[in-house]
Amino acid sequence: MIEVKNIHKSFDGNEVLKGISTRFEKGKTNLIIGRSGSGKTVLLKSILGLFDVDQGEIWYNDRDFTKMKQKDRKLLRQEIEMVFQGGALFDSISVEDNVRFPLDMFTMMTTIEKQKRVAFCLDHVNIEKKAFRLNPSEISGGMQKRVAIARAISLNPKYLFCDEPNSGLDPETATVIDKLIQSLTKEFQMTTIINTHDMNSVIEIGESILFISKGKKEWVGTKNEVLNSHNKKLNDFIFANKLYAQMREGN
Amino acid sequence: MNFFFDVGRYFSMLKRVFARPEKHRMYFKQLFLEIDNLGVNSVGLVIIISIFIGSIMTIQFAYSLANPLYPSELIGLGTRDTLMLEFSSTMLALIMAGKIGSNITSEIGSMRVTEQIDSLEIMGINSASYLILPKIIAVVFIFPFLYILSVFFGILGGLATGPLVGVITIPEYIAGIQWLFFPYYITFSIIKMIFFGFLVASVPAYFGYYVQGGALQVGKASTKAVVNTNILILLFDLILTRLLLT
Repeated sequence: MIEVKNIHKSFDGNEVLKGISTRFEKGKTNLIIGRSGSGKTVLLKSILGLFDVDQGEIWYNDRDFTKMKQKDRKLLRQEIEMVFQGGALFDSISVEDNVRFPLDMFTMMTTIEKQKRVAFCLDHVNIEKKAFRLNPSEISGGMQKRVAIARAISLNPKYLFCDEPNSGLDPETATVIDKLIQSLTKEFQMTTIINTHDMNSVIEIGESILFISKGKKEWVGTKNEVLNSHNKKLNDFIFANKLYAQMREGN
Repeated sequence: MNFFFDVGRYFSMLKRVFARPEKHRMYFKQLFLEIDNLGVNSVGLVIIISIFIGSIMTIQFAYSLANPLYPSELIGLGTRDTLMLEFSSTMLALIMAGKIGSNITSEIGSMRVTEQIDSLEIMGINSASYLILPKIIAVVFIFPFLYILSVFFGILGGLATGPLVGVITIPEYIAGIQWLFFPYYITFSIIKMIFFGFLVASVPAYFGYYVQGGALQVGKASTKAVVNTNILILLFDLILTRLLLT
């Protein structure tokens, strides 16, 4: 579980996060949604510690991240993994070596154990064996995202962060990535936070949804509640797409 | 103000670079890759440039020392001392700042803009140390070897070209390169190369590590890195020459 309490963050006097408090549950796909520039990425990066918050608290279970020393933060980070928008795979090494990298860095596993773990992770995200030795630039965008997910789960993280994991993908591949993240969240009982503005993801996997607007928490609910909400800002955001407006009318 | 900001941030980056590594074995692996990538891959260029410069300097010295009162051995001596004292150290470092420096900035800068550095940080890895320390050690380690290689092939270039174009005989050239030889020149130049190696790796790494934006900014950072490294090399050349040679 991750809990944020009243966090504020400004850049050059411009307040981007204005006192957000919320809770992200374990074993659920927690979505942060909002327009571009609403503060989603700043919120995500603040929770990760890539930005230091000006005010407020961030709790990873019973550990206050904001008051931790650098050394303890580093230890906690070994329980955290992230899937970046572009995958952020290391392009100088192969797919297999990308997934092996955290294992080489943080475990004392033998070569055979590492090979097994890498094969297990890549198999879980449906990457064929023939792609193992390829470089990231030689595989498709969808495959890159799946490899990034495989790398993210290689160390059995407790917390998984995804920044727009299906941006730039076709709807079918995007759905596959969404379902994959959801099933891995359940299987490994991770606390997963997904940053998205893709309504398909909201409808597919939004077990807990936080809607933020102009740096403020506007609405919290589930995918079943999101289409029937009376929050004007949320409705403006969701029903900008006529398809969802029709879905609501047709219930 | 920007100057002081950059200097401060450069030293704070160096503090992170020289922090204790997470896993020594991974750093060593990276170090050998960097020695190959930044050092061994530069050998060919160093040899070609040195042969040509050695040849050109021999012809130019012959032209300048055309007076029959000057002994012909001065041509070999002049070529040797110029190579040993300035070309194979400072000029080579300036050339390497262009080749290795822009490589380092664009590699680290691309990693920054594609969030690969953020990815390392989130994993709990000191990205500055993991990416920059092996490069600094590799360049500092390889630069003295490149210097020796450059002096050797520069002198060889003069030896081949001088007699070929008829400005000096082989025995005169060989006598010239042995005349008034001070081994301290080599020590002095190797000390310079260690300093230059550190600059050629760390300054471009700084510009790459803190780049913001996209491909255009990486390109601009690369140019800035090479220009600043060149200025610093010349400044340190002046300081070290004053301290060690006079």
